[in-house]
Formats: sequence, structure tokens, C-alpha cells
Amino acid sequence: MKPRTLFEKVWDAHVVRPETDEAPAVLYADLHLVHEVTSPQAFSMLREKGLRVRRPDRTLATMDHSIPTVRKNGRFEISDDEGRTQLDALAKNCADFGIELHALGTEGQGIVHVIGPEMGATHPGSTIVCGDSHTATHGAFGALAFGIGTSEVGHVLATQCLLQRKPKTLEVRVDGWLKPYVSAKDVILAVISKIGVGGGSGHVIEFTGSAIRALSMEARMTVCNMAIEAGARAGMIAPDGTTYDYLIGRPRAPKREAWEHALRGWLRLPSDEGAAYDKSVTIDGSALEPMITFGTNPGMSIPIRGEVPDPERVEGEQARAGLAKALRYMGLQGGKKLLGHPVDVVFIGSCTNSRIEDLRAAASVLRGRKVAAGVRTLVVPGSQQVKREAEEEGLHHVFIESGAEWREPGCSMCIAMNGDIVAPGQIAVSTSNRNFEGRQGKGSRTLLASPLTAAAAAVAGRVADPRELGS
Amino acid sequence: MEAIRRVASRIVVLPERDIDTDQIIPARYLKTTGSKGLGQWLFTDWRRDANGRPRPGFPLDDPRAGGASILVAGSNFGCGSSREHAPWALFDAGFRAVVSSSIADIFRANAAKNGLVPVVVPVDLHEAMLAAPFSFATVDLESMTVALESGKTGSFSLDRFARHCLMNGLDELGFLIEQQPLIGAWEAACER
Ligand code: SF4
Repeated sequence: MKPRTLFEKVWDAHVVRPETDEAPAVLYADLHLVHEVTSPQAFSMLREKGLRVRRPDRTLATMDHSIPTVRKNGRFEISDDEGRTQLDALAKNCADFGIELHALGTEGQGIVHVIGPEMGATHPGSTIVCGDSHTATHGAFGALAFGIGTSEVGHVLATQCLLQRKPKTLEVRVDGWLKPYVSAKDVILAVISKIGVGGGSGHVIEFTGSAIRALSMEARMTVCNMAIEAGARAGMIAPDGTTYDYLIGRPRAPKREAWEHALRGWLRLPSDEGAAYDKSVTIDGSALEPMITFGTNPGMSIPIRGEVPDPERVEGEQARAGLAKALRYMGLQGGKKLLGHPVDVVFIGSCTNSRIEDLRAAASVLRGRKVAAGVRTLVVPGSQQVKREAEEEGLHHVFIESGAEWREPGCSMCIAMNGDIVAPGQIAVSTSNRNFEGRQGKGSRTLLASPLTAAAAAVAGRVADPRELGS
Repeated sequence: MEAIRRVASRIVVLPERDIDTDQIIPARYLKTTGSKGLGQWLFTDWRRDANGRPRPGFPLDDPRAGGASILVAGSNFGCGSSREHAPWALFDAGFRAVVSSSIADIFRANAAKNGLVPVVVPVDLHEAMLAAPFSFATVDLESMTVALESGKTGSFSLDRFARHCLMNGLDELGFLIEQQPLIGAWEAACER
């Protein structure tokens, strides 16, 4: 048999009907994750057409995008009626169609891409879809996981399948070993800056190389999470011992014989020797520095001590205009360093960096230090479970004593739909994934960075190199 | 969905590259449980200043854009989130075709499912269109060509299945529902 890549193996195993010129493949989704923002119209469509959910047992819902992350007197207060309507709609839809829901205030609730893996619902070799572009996160387990639109949410609810053309493959190999203070977030920012925000378009990225293999599961999730920011359909990492150690014993991981059986299949998933990718890119992981973005898309990043590029020196009229526009929006000047630039807000959270290791990293910087005066710092765990773990370890004390706000889990300031916003003109260092204009609130300016770099900025009150603070 | 064979109108040009879905419709307008009426928020943060007043010179509000149903945008249009609210907003505002030299994967799929033709054109045709705002253009799905007022023409690419659905006003779900017996057999084989 022809050597196949990880992606091809997972794809082939889920094709119900092969693609032809006339029609895309019918692809089976093993797991469908649902949240309140992109699902109501899909459920309405089911009702209009009198359809049922084909596999409620393969569907899992949570509330994350438009929920508050503070309790007042122990209760959540939803900031507006529209948000409440959306949450009520999800609760009703899940009840009516028999779907498991992790509602606001329940112990399994959290950001959709954080709870899937922590429950052990994300399995190697499976297909996972969700009406959310960061579904790519689950690819860290060697799953084929991608974001879909609301129409497709309806398709999957009704048939557990969707119509897909087979994407191409792109290998991103990160060789060498990361230096101290260089994290998964820095790796993926460097990758996107190299291949561009459209560089992965039409492709599924497989991340390979020694620097990737050495990453923990949580760090691998950070990498795959942002594959979409390079325009890729999905990001994947071959499962290995790290994957199985993470998964075993989690509530929804297979048990006993089922585990043995599944494991035998998973061991065959890694790309075969000699398997061909449509494209390959190599990066020297040993040369990477902590990264930070300066512009209005995740491809616009520099090493923390580097200079913001000068539009005058950029080739090509469109590229120059794009850079100039981004810098105007950000209020930054080309040719200058970002280091030392004052910041107003620090946000530690989102499906990119809100897991326990991320919080530990942030706490390692904040421990025994104070957040600079005037810098609003939010620490938002990715799930109720992450929150419990952090509190068991006492991390919440570190955050609170430093002067940061310790919140309830949710998407929060990553998408600013719930009242957690960065004010117009303010500049935030954020561990989230998008620095688009207005992403964190109208007129907000975002610098994306790792939890270490974000926490260093909180302490310094300016863009800072986490290596300078020491641990 | 209405069948769509041809779109002919003036073009509105937004030359910026990498226009993301947060610009097409900001997240704060995603709190709806419906899909109608989103056109009013289309590009709202680019169109209106901090006080909600229209920014002078924004192409969408130019009198020459009145009734336009073709948007021409810089490359990698629609990157970012999977929100279908983006094509819903464009459709609601009267657009029936989006033209670029590249269109982000999820947006392209979402657009085609909502009667908004994602038209990917070669770079030379794209540049000619970017340089001719408010000129007249025709997007013809029958012949898979774009014709400009200047006389320039070129072909565009679009998935055959998406084209078939658009031209016949078909919903992909119908096709998937027909596959149910196959899906059932597949499930049974896997779970055995
Ligand atoms: S944390 Fe941000 S990127 Fe992740 S699912 Fe929520 S809104 Fe989307």
C-alpha cells in the first residue's frame, strides 16, 4: 500500500461516500461539539424541516462565548437580553433533542475546545467538528478537527455527516529544541509569520519535528489551535506516548479492553515513512525567541526584542499599504521596538492558552510580584475543571495577591461578547488567538503573546521580555 | 434558496487584503438567534465612527454603490472565524457575489450555502477589478466567466457541486439526507 500521512489515514477512515467531480465526499463526524452562538439557526432549521438529531450521543454542548465570567453574590448575571436568549435557546434545544449540555454554572462547563480534551472525548484518529474555527485545537491528539459554518452544523445534527473536498497536506516541521521561556505560543506565532495568514489555505497542517514531539499535550493544543490563523483547514500532530498518557483514565477515554483495542489502531496512525505532503516548511526551533504581534492579524509578529517592520521598507504596494494601515490602527511606528511600550490590559485566557499549564506559567511570573498600577489584568481559566485544579494548587492566591482578577471560565475578552472588553484605543497583551481590529471590543488594540510574556507585561506595565524578570 | 445563474451590477471595491470575519461583522452582533437583518452591521466598524456616524468616503456608502450586488475584495477575503453571520450580512445587504484572488476556506463554503457566489479569479482579472471601483461587471455561472465594463473578461473557479447547488437553488442538506441509508450502513459496519 502507498505510504499515507496521518491526515490521509484519518480522512480515508471516515469517508462514507468518496468524492467525485460532481460531488464532494460524504465525511462522517465522530464527535460534534456545539455552543450557543453558532447553533440556534441550525436547530431552527431542524424544526422547520421536522428532522431529528441523528446521533445525540455523538453531540456535546457547552456555553462559553456569551456568558459572564463573574458572579455577583454567587450568581451569574448575564449582561444583556440577547445573550440570555441565546443561552436559553441552547438549553431548550439540547433538552428537546436529547443532547448533553454543560450549562453555565455546572461543573463540566468551559470553553468548548478545553472541555472536549479534558473529558477525554477527543480521541486520536477521530473526526471532530464544531461551529467554531478553533476546532483545530483537537488536532493535537491526531484527530482531524475543523470548524464549520452554521448550515453545516445543521447538516451534522441531521446526518452526522458533511460534504467536504479533500484538502491538501502541508508539513510544518519544527526541528531542534526550544530555549527556556520559548513556548508553544511562540512556535505557532513564528510559523504563521513565516507562512502568512493565508499560507495554509486549502491545506491540513501536520506539525512534526523534535520541537513538536517534545511538547506536552496542552502545548500541542496551543499549536494546533492557531492552525486556522494560518488559514489551514486543520492542524494535526501524530499521537504518541504523551498523547496516551494524557488520555488514559479520563472519563470519556475508552476503558480496559476498549482502550487496548483503540490503542492498537492509534499506534498505526502516524504518517508512514515516505508519505508525501503537498508542501513542506521547516523551522529551526532552537532559533526561536518569545514572540509578540504588532499588527492586526496573527501573521504580523516579531521576536519580543525585535523592531516593528517599517512600511517604507516593505516590497509591494499592497503589502506596504496593509502594514501602514495596521500600524495606524495600532498606534505604532515602524522601525521601533515594541519592548517598553505601555499596556493597559493583560488578558490571560482563551482556548489557546487557558489550560492549567498556561496558568502555571503565568503564575510563575506573577508569584511574589505585583501587577503594575493601572494595568487591568484578567485571568480566565478555560473550564471549571481548570479553575478547580488551579485553586487546589493555590494559583488563584498568586493571581489575586498580584492584583489580577481571577474569573469564572469562558471565552471572555478573547471575543468580547460578554461585557469583558478592552476599551477603544486601549492596548492589551493577550494570550488569545486573534488581534483583528476590534476583536477585543470596538477600537481595541491587541498584542498576542504567550502566558509568560503576557504576565511579564502585567508586572512591568509595558511590553517586557519574560527572561528579564527571571522566575 | 433562490437559483442564481448570473449576477450583473456595479462593483464595490474593498482593496484591503486579509479582510477577516470580525470586520465583516463584529462579534457583538452575533448574539442573535436568527439570520436575518444583519446587513445593517456589515463592516460597521469601518463604516461608522465612534459616534455611529458614517465615515465619509467608505465605498459601501458611496451613492454609486446603490444597488450593487458584487463585492470585490483584496486577497484572502473572509479569513478568521467560521461565523456564517458574515455571508448572511453580505446577502442581507444585497450582495450576491464576492470576488477575490483567494477566499478563505470556511467563508467560501458558508457563502455558497447562502446564495452568495464565491468567485475566485486570476490575479490579472482581480487587479483590473480592484482598479475599477463602481464599474459594471457580470458574473456568469453558466459560462464561469466574469466580464468587465472595460471589455476585459476572464474565467473563475468554483467547486462544481457548489455551482450546481447555486444554479439550481438547491440546499446541500437534501443531498445528505438522500445518503442516509449509506450512512446507516457505514455506521453499522464501523460499530460491529
Ligand atoms: S476562546 Fe476565543 S477563539 Fe476560543 S472558542 Fe472562545 S471565542 Fe473562539
